[in-house]
Formats: sequence, C-alpha cells, structure tokens
Amino acid sequence: MFDSLSDKLQEVFRKLSGKGRLSEQDVNEAMREVRMALLEADVNYKVVKDFTARVRERAIGSDVMQSLTPAQMVIKIVNEELVATLGEAVHLDLSGPPPAVIMLVGLQGSGKTTMAAKLALYLRRSGERPLLVAADVYRPAAVAQLETLGKQIDVPVHNEGTLVAPPVICENALKRAHREGFSVVILDTAGRLQLDDRMMAELEQVKRVTQPREALLIVDAMTGQEAVAVAEEFNKRVALTGLILTKVDGDARGGAALSIRAVTGVPIKFMGIGEKVSDLEVFYPDRLASRILGMGDVLTLIEKAETSISEEQARKMEQKLRKASFTFEDLIEQLHAVKKMGSLNDIIGMIPGMQQFSKQLPEEETDKALQVSEAIVNSMTREERRNPKVINASRRRRIAKGSGTSVQQVNQLLRQFTEMQSMMKQMQGKKGRNLLSMFR
Amino acid sequence: MTARPKAFDDSLTKTRRSFFGRIAGLFRQEKITEETWDELEMLLLQADVGTKTTIRVMDALRQQVKANTPPEQAQEMLKAELLAILKPVQRAYLPGSRLLHVIFVVGVNGSGKTTSIAKLAKYHKSRGQTVLLAAADTFRAAAIDQIKIWGERVGVDVVAHQPGADPGAVVYDAIGAAQARHADVLIIDTAGRLQTKYNLMQELRKLRGVAQKQVHLAPHETLLVLDATTGQNGLSQAKAFAEAVQVTGVVLAKLDSSSKGGIVFAIADEYKLPVLFVATGEKLDDWAEFDPQAFVDSLFENRE
Repeated sequence: MFDSLSDKLQEVFRKLSGKGRLSEQDVNEAMREVRMALLEADVNYKVVKDFTARVRERAIGSDVMQSLTPAQMVIKIVNEELVATLGEAVHLDLSGPPPAVIMLVGLQGSGKTTMAAKLALYLRRSGERPLLVAADVYRPAAVAQLETLGKQIDVPVHNEGTLVAPPVICENALKRAHREGFSVVILDTAGRLQLDDRMMAELEQVKRVTQPREALLIVDAMTGQEAVAVAEEFNKRVALTGLILTKVDGDARGGAALSIRAVTGVPIKFMGIGEKVSDLEVFYPDRLASRILGMGDVLTLIEKAETSISEEQARKMEQKLRKASFTFEDLIEQLHAVKKMGSLNDIIGMIPGMQQFSKQLPEEETDKALQVSEAIVNSMTREERRNPKVINASRRRRIAKGSGTSVQQVNQLLRQFTEMQSMMKQMQGKKGRNLLSMFR
Repeated sequence: MTARPKAFDDSLTKTRRSFFGRIAGLFRQEKITEETWDELEMLLLQADVGTKTTIRVMDALRQQVKANTPPEQAQEMLKAELLAILKPVQRAYLPGSRLLHVIFVVGVNGSGKTTSIAKLAKYHKSRGQTVLLAAADTFRAAAIDQIKIWGERVGVDVVAHQPGADPGAVVYDAIGAAQARHADVLIIDTAGRLQTKYNLMQELRKLRGVAQKQVHLAPHETLLVLDATTGQNGLSQAKAFAEAVQVTGVVLAKLDSSSKGGIVFAIADEYKLPVLFVATGEKLDDWAEFDPQAFVDSLFENRE
C-alpha cells in the first residue's frame, strides 16, 4: 500500500546510515527527502511543512541513543511523529438508545455506496442489525446499486425511489428502524461538492432530522491537495466524527488521510481495501505509520488470519504440521482460508521485507495457480486426499480429466505436496524459507 | 482571446480566483524576491502539479528571470513555461474520417466514466452523428442500469448484457450492432479498476483486442477519465493505463470542484498525454474540448 513512500524514506536513511553521527546537515538532507516523499504522497503542503519542522527539531536536538544508529534514530522520530499525527485509533460509537445512525458523506465517486454495504456487513458480523438507506436520489441507478449490494450481503435496504427528498427518506427510515428493531441505520447520501451550498444544506437537514451518532467522511485515497479543503467544509457543515479512506488497495499513498487528520483532528476509522463487500479494515494509526516506514503490517495480517481461520482450525493445523500428517484435505482447507484473507499479493505485501516480492508476482499467476490446485484436489476421492500414495498412473489420468488439467499438472501438484510435507517436517526448527513455491 | 465554451470558462473561475489568482497577485508586486519564489513553489505544489514538474518549471523560470526582470514579464514567462508543457502534446480529437469510430473509456473506480460517456455521447449527437453506447461494465452493481438511464436521457441506444456477463461479449455484440445500424460512433463504458490490479488490466487489454479484430485500427480513441481532485496518483494511473491499453487522451472530470487540475501538467510532462476534454458539472452540457492556450491564459486572467 504505502510502498513508494516507504521506499523513498528507506532510500533517505540508507544515505544516512553510512555516517557515524547525525549532523545538522544530515538531518536537513533527510528532511528534504522526507518532505518530497510526503508531497508526492499527496500529504498537504502545510501539513508537510509542520511535520518536517517537528521532526527536524527533535532530530537535531536529541541525543542519538546508544543502541541505535543515527539513521535508526531518525526513523524512530519520524515514526513517532507519524503516529502522533495520525492520532489514536477510534472505533465506531454506537452507544445510546438504538438505532444508532451512521451518515456517510463525501464527494462524488469517493466510494460511499460500496462503503455503506461494507459497513453493513461488518456491523452485522459484529452482532448488529443494520438497515441500509438509499438516500442518493440524484445519481442514476445509485438506489439500484445499493439494492443489489444489500441483496448480496442480505441486509435490508430502505428505498423510496428517487422522487422523495432525502431528508424525508432518512426520517422515514429511522421510524422504520424503530418499528422493526434495527440497531444501526446507515445513510448512503449522494456525493456532493463541498462548494455546492444547496446540496450541503440538504445534508445539514438530514443531520438535523436523524441526529446521527456518526457522520463519516468517505475520502478516496487518491485525493490530492484538495482533501483538506473538502474535509474542512464537510466538517464545518455536519461536524464529522470520523474519516474512512477508500481504494487503499491501489498504489495511492493516501497522504490525504494524514492531512485531513492533521488539519481537522477528525479520526480515521476504516480503510476500504477492495471491491468485495468484505474488503474493509479497521484503521490503526501505528500500523499505518509502520507501513509508511516500510515495516510491513504484521498486525493486520494477524488479524486477517484470525477472522479467516478459527482458532480451533489453527490449533489443529499446527498439530498436523508437527506430526506431518498434513493431507490434501488440509491443503484445501488452507487454500480456502487464504482466499478469505484476500489475494495472495495483499497478504505477502503485509509481511515485512516481502513488499518488493509482492510486486514481482502477478496477481493472476498466483490466484490462478491456487484455482488449479483446488480443482485437482477436488477431483480426488476422499481416500486419495488422505493417502496420496495410492494415486497411481490410472488415477492420475482420471484426476486430470476430472479437473480439466493435464497429468503433468497433477504430477506437479503431487510433487509439490510431497515437498511441502517434508518441508514442514524441517520447519519445526527453522523458519520456512520458500513457502510460496507451494503454490507455483 | 479565442472564443471558448462557456462551461469551460465558468468552471475555471473558481480555480482562477483561488489559486492562480494568487499567482497573478504575486506578480503584481514591485520586485521578485526569494519569498516570491517560495510562494510560487507552494502554489504549484498545492495545485497538485507535483514535485517533479514544479521543480522543472521553477528551474526554467529562475534561469530566465533576472534581478531586474519586471514581475509582469516574469508572469508571461511562467505562462509560457506552463503552456510549453501542454502544447506539444495537444492534438485534435478523432482525427480523420471513418465509417465507425470506436471509443474506449477507461479509468479507476469513481473517476466519472459513466457520466463523462453520457456527455461525450451528447457531444457527438449534437454534431449529427449516430451514437451507440456499450455497457461493458458488467461488474459493478447497477452500472448497467446507470448507463441505460443516461442513454435514455441523451436519446442514444445502449447495448447491454446481464450483470456479470463477459464484457468481451458485450464489446463484440456492440460492434456488430453499431455496424448493422451504420452508427458513426460507438462509446464503450468499461468497469472502473485500480491500475494496480493485474487481472483487471489484462481484461481491459482483451477488450481492446476484441475491438481490434473487428474494426480496422480500433479503438480509435482510448480515453482515460481522471478525477480533477486526484493527486499524484494520477501519474501512476496515466502510466499504467497507457501501458496496458495505449491511452490516447485524458478526460479531466469534475473540474467543477475547487480542485485545481494541476495534475494535467504533470501528466503531459511525463507521459506526453493530451487532455482532450474537460467535464465540468452535472449537466449534460457541462462538457468542453480542452484548449491549452485558453486554459493557461484564463488561469492568469485578472477578473477583479
């Protein structure tokens, strides 16, 4: 995600690390690079200025700790300042008598409708009863889009067509939520320009009649310098309670989030990381800061694994690994778990030191290889999955036919599987060196 | 100055007042100081022009401006520098005449493709051409409904399949339909995709291949729709889409916002891509051909 910025900072600090002590000149040079990198990451010009000034002051003034190199010391300070600027992690406030109203606002095309569905799914999974409200009556087919998404995730959508005024729709939806016992109401409002006074007034009206507990600004991660002006105006009109950064799965560096946070003080609450309705991440500033610094995002990876693989499953798997009684059935289970976590590239990208690797792997190749492996295993009998040794030439031909692959591909998977088993035995002491080759 | 569409002019007013208006103000000062340079750099950066292009423009300007250069003259030099970025890559939209023009419209999610397509369709229609739209975004929920509604409003037919259908098949059928009806222009709406998604970029390549096989030299234009609020990621978008499907020009959408559109300079500078149209509002007529001279001129126009 924030690869390019971390690359840049690493480059800066590589230059620094060659030297023994941190002189004022070193710091100045580092800060020039940090400034450029942040600007290229679309962090607002003024925010960059303040930020580099703070880091510079601390870097020059402070003693280099004994255990650190000067470069590490600068990284430490940059990291701490980044975390401080990004602010504390704040979760959704759904307190008070239900239903809690969540209002989503933002510019056109920032991703509100998709985010409404993602939030609904997220909240339903955490035990709430959400109601989606189609309050965008302007964009053609916006209502139909929300209806479709609602069906996909099995969350009801309050829809009054496009002829009723949005504040009325929202008020009615709130009444319905009271009546039918929904615990959360998510308002998908129309995208609007912050300078469009009439549309902004409509938003104020929606806010008045629904008294939302959360007013969340949806911001495209690709937004440039304008992000601050947008956020300031929305904040002025509807008093924002949080920020959601969308399209973070691209290569946008998302400096907009840093700027908005710094200028408005509004906390960042979630990140949208894909087009699937389950592609939502809770935002953690420390993780984002360490990602900015190229330290990967191990915590996010762990959390993703936790929601995708149950603890029980993980424990069983570990035992099997220890005993090396790993079968094709386990492999399938694992492949499914991996799929749930997202694309393999996303996962690899979160592992420290592996970001570059993820760039080299075309998503198509890895995902396709997974599909082929799964097809082959699906064409095996139960016995064959548990005891691959019984798979003779005739069985291989049958499996190849059944899975639409070739005998060579079946052979390849069998060979990799054997390698995997033996590797797992070795792994009991050492760390896995070539985990990826399993899926090739 | 040459006449230019009103919509284009209006949309620039905000930009002019807020940003370049300040530059014009700067140059009205008596003397050029170090502060002037800093301020200028800041203003370019804040307009999303980008560090690389800003540095280039600044360096060029510093070389020309002497201690005794009058500020007004320096302003002309800056205009010339900015124009020198846009002008060499500029060219006419859809040059030459042919039986059927096939136009691909591509871009990231939410950049404004579908709305831009409606406006482009209206643009062609008002020139007496027969237009057909292809709903090749079969992925996003209700995208097909959206373009159908626009088709009705503009009064052009839309070739569409079911949601989830193969977009390649939609393109194939749409070209067949366009040829059978002797349409002049076929505009193909593609699903929004982030430029880093390998599979999706490959899919786009495939769609292009489908068109290439059926119509000589198709697609005749591949337009990248860029949100004017986009920051430096616009460069990555231009690069990736240009590599995958040979983008021929940029549509700068949502220029009605207070955003500056400065990324246009960076894209022209680094990837030699012309801006062909600007989309300025939510009405179908809020659409204009891009004129670099007018763009730069009006940025410096003093309206007070």
